[in-house]
Amino acid sequence: MRFIPKPIETLWTLFTAPVVWAAHFLFCYGIAAVYCAKQDQIGISFAAVRIGIAGATVVALVLIAASAWLAWRQWGFGAHDPPHDDPTRHDRLLFQGFATLLLSGLCFVAVIMVALPAWFVTECVR
Amino acid sequence: MSGTPERQAQEERLRAVWQNPTGWRYWTSVNNTQVGLWYGGAAFAFMLFAGVLALIMRAQLAFPDNDLISADLYNQAFTLHGTVMMFLFAVPIFEAIAIFLLPPMLGARELPFPRLGAFGFWSFLLGGVFVCGSIFFNAAPSSGWFMYPPLATDEELSGIGADIWLLGLSFIEVASIAAAVEIIVGIMKCRAPGMRINLMPLFAWYLLIVAGMILFAFPPLIAGDLLFELQRMFDWPFFDAARGGDPLLWQHLFWIFGHPEVYIIFLPAIALMAMIVPTFAQRPIVGYSWIVLAAVGTGFLSFGLWVHHMFTTGLPQISLAFFSAASEAVAIPTGVQIFVFIATMLAGRVIFSTPMLFGTGGIAIFVIGGLTGVMVALAPFDWQAHDSYFVVAHLHYVLIGGMLFPVIAGLYYYYPLIDAQHLSDRLGRIAFWLMFVGFNVAFFPMHLAGLRGMPRRVFTYPSETGWDWLNLISSIGAYIFAAGLLVVIFDVLRPKHRHTGGELNPWNAGTLEWISEPKENWGVRSIPRITSRYPLWEQPTLLRDVAEGRGYLADAPEGQREGLVTSVLDAEPVQVLRVGGTSGVTIVSAVTLGAVFVALTFKWWLVTAVAAIASLCAVLYWLWTGTNVIPEAEEKDVGHGLMLPLHASGSASVGWWAMFITMVGDATAFASLIFGYFFYWTIHADFTAGQAGPGMAWPLIAAALFGGAWAATLIARTLNAGERKAPMRACLGVSALLALAASAAALAGPWQHGMDPASHVYPAIVWLLVLWVVAHAAVGVVMHLYCLARSFAGRLSALYDMDLRNSALYWHFVLIQAVLTFLVIGLFPEAG
Repeated sequence: MRFIPKPIETLWTLFTAPVVWAAHFLFCYGIAAVYCAKQDQIGISFAAVRIGIAGATVVALVLIAASAWLAWRQWGFGAHDPPHDDPTRHDRLLFQGFATLLLSGLCFVAVIMVALPAWFVTECVR
Repeated sequence: MSGTPERQAQEERLRAVWQNPTGWRYWTSVNNTQVGLWYGGAAFAFMLFAGVLALIMRAQLAFPDNDLISADLYNQAFTLHGTVMMFLFAVPIFEAIAIFLLPPMLGARELPFPRLGAFGFWSFLLGGVFVCGSIFFNAAPSSGWFMYPPLATDEELSGIGADIWLLGLSFIEVASIAAAVEIIVGIMKCRAPGMRINLMPLFAWYLLIVAGMILFAFPPLIAGDLLFELQRMFDWPFFDAARGGDPLLWQHLFWIFGHPEVYIIFLPAIALMAMIVPTFAQRPIVGYSWIVLAAVGTGFLSFGLWVHHMFTTGLPQISLAFFSAASEAVAIPTGVQIFVFIATMLAGRVIFSTPMLFGTGGIAIFVIGGLTGVMVALAPFDWQAHDSYFVVAHLHYVLIGGMLFPVIAGLYYYYPLIDAQHLSDRLGRIAFWLMFVGFNVAFFPMHLAGLRGMPRRVFTYPSETGWDWLNLISSIGAYIFAAGLLVVIFDVLRPKHRHTGGELNPWNAGTLEWISEPKENWGVRSIPRITSRYPLWEQPTLLRDVAEGRGYLADAPEGQREGLVTSVLDAEPVQVLRVGGTSGVTIVSAVTLGAVFVALTFKWWLVTAVAAIASLCAVLYWLWTGTNVIPEAEEKDVGHGLMLPLHASGSASVGWWAMFITMVGDATAFASLIFGYFFYWTIHADFTAGQAGPGMAWPLIAAALFGGAWAATLIARTLNAGERKAPMRACLGVSALLALAASAAALAGPWQHGMDPASHVYPAIVWLLVLWVVAHAAVGVVMHLYCLARSFAGRLSALYDMDLRNSALYWHFVLIQAVLTFLVIGLFPEAG
């Protein structure tokens, strides 16, 4: 079994990092909303929620970094410069890799931004 | 165009195939050019109507203690103004532009489902007239364009207007989802050969993302409309706090739709800029990949912003902070696009034409709106500005700068494609300066009025508040702005006989839509092979090759409307697609479906039933006569010695993709209902309020029976592939019977336990989920019967099995929804 997946050719890889961002966002929102609504019935502290969010953030960042690395590989590790507008399969792959890499960067930043509130907010104040 | 006799004969045949009918039958056209123009014209007309309402409001607010119109009429005016601008102008205008522009831009003859496009237009028109017309009967919705309960659920206070809003707009949402299906499949599968995804026009990238966003944004609103209307019609208490409901659920569902909607409006407008800027900078766009990043990034991030409309509803601060952070993050991809445009302009030699004037002016306005957006995304500032005129100013800066100005830019830019004439440059510049100055005079003072405490939606104000002169300035500005718009309309409508027009590509643009000949209806004379992002700049012989019929499908010997289907990534031709031609069935379907919604509004149950049956018959007739038509041969020569199949089924066919995309939207609506179920669970210590649930047995039996119906469908599909007709038919019959039994079992749960949906929100949401699945099962049974009928009519075989494979795909989604529903209502919260 190989650890690093083989390159695959599909449109969908473009959306990997944004989907991870969306899942992380929903997790943060969901866990905080449910905890704050049900804190009387749940026997854990808010600190545990924050640790959960921290854990999810690490997982999300690792996944996005992995997607970025795969994209970087698809982009030929930066050996070619944009605009990647030749009518060839090769340039199409480079374009996909570059666009995916850019999106991974955006989503990496966005995940950190979304997680930051859990760093500063320490209780369920309304 | 002259040429050899053979070429002339080809042109004659092609022209005849794509010709529109004349006389009153003209309105049965389904050609993308006509439908796009009607769509755009209707959307503009609705915009003018809503604009007049705005002018009436500005006249009312010009002076303190004014009594020009009553409070109630003012309420109707602002509700209808917002509703019409958002639902009948901003979203449909981009659908119109997409339907008009995409085929030539992609080098396609047509979008894959022209009749669906026409159906969408007629649905939109009927729904729009219904909603707008209500104000002439003093029956317009009056609770604001986001219809918050408990005001809007109160039948005494809101009257029939709320029903008109809910049902009229639900009908229009059908049109939006139809457009999304059409656009996604068109962009993914119908590009000209060689137009790989790295060569696709940026407009198509944007539209692909926007259509995807529609699929996830509109269904939550449709689910919300369903809950809302069930409360108004049958008193199911989804938003009634006294019986366990919660008005906040509506706010969630509305804004899960409503915030992405802002970007659904903004991205297509910026997509127009992505076409206009390179043309007038006379160079390719700088940072193509960055635009793709921005479009995709904005598309996703915009779904994490909805709660910033709810900062003052008392949610936990950490929740507010998540949405505040995401709202700040979305400024990054939004900014990227603006920098890309600036870079492109700096790198080229800019020609400051009228379209550029409107475009750059709009972006300047939009940037101001974006910056105040960053301000209101901060919760503490929002608590001050919420529901004040500051927000009114912000949203108009965003929408008029980010959408209306670029659309006018697009009108000036693309007008030569409509009738080979130019709009007047001089009038355009006058219009721009009137609109630009008028806009800022009208809306900038609103920031100040808002900061001075003026709440939105007040019909008048006392003179001692210090808002007088700010409002007077705003009103003057509004009329200057309207004067500018009138100049644009005059420019469009004035006769232009004296002009000699007719040259192709008057702006010397590089993208493919400029090969379209306004006087011809065939889209492109022949389908070219594309090797560049700017084919008209970089493929010098392209224009002549296309015009002289040296591309693909230069002829129509069989008298069919044909286009090419190509592969998703590299656009290699894989199939000839025959699309539906002129037909009245689209109008009949739209009118009958519209009648269902109108009759529901007035609770005419018998009319509703009759219209629903008529609508079903129309759709079945449409499917039977117009889809999965068995071609006269299996393959055909499309030119250059390329033989392509005339038919495809399963995931290779556009029909399968249309079903898949529709069902993704459907599943999103379902997910919204499940979200509602758990939302109610979170807000109550005991969500059931001690009421009996549907038990465990019936739901689990129903889930198992639905599993059986699904399995029988799959077996039927396999048997059909082996040409084993009799057992295949038997399996379809068994599947239909199992689906009926499953539905009975599903209904038995809440029925046997005496759950009364009007008593509390718990039985109401259980009933709703069950009915949702049962309704899907009913549609699934109709599909089985349809496949059976096709089989007996000799139109279903191992090769031509599209109907059966699409039904099987539908049943995958039914299975997922059924299993989830019955596990949730059967096991939760009892087992929890």
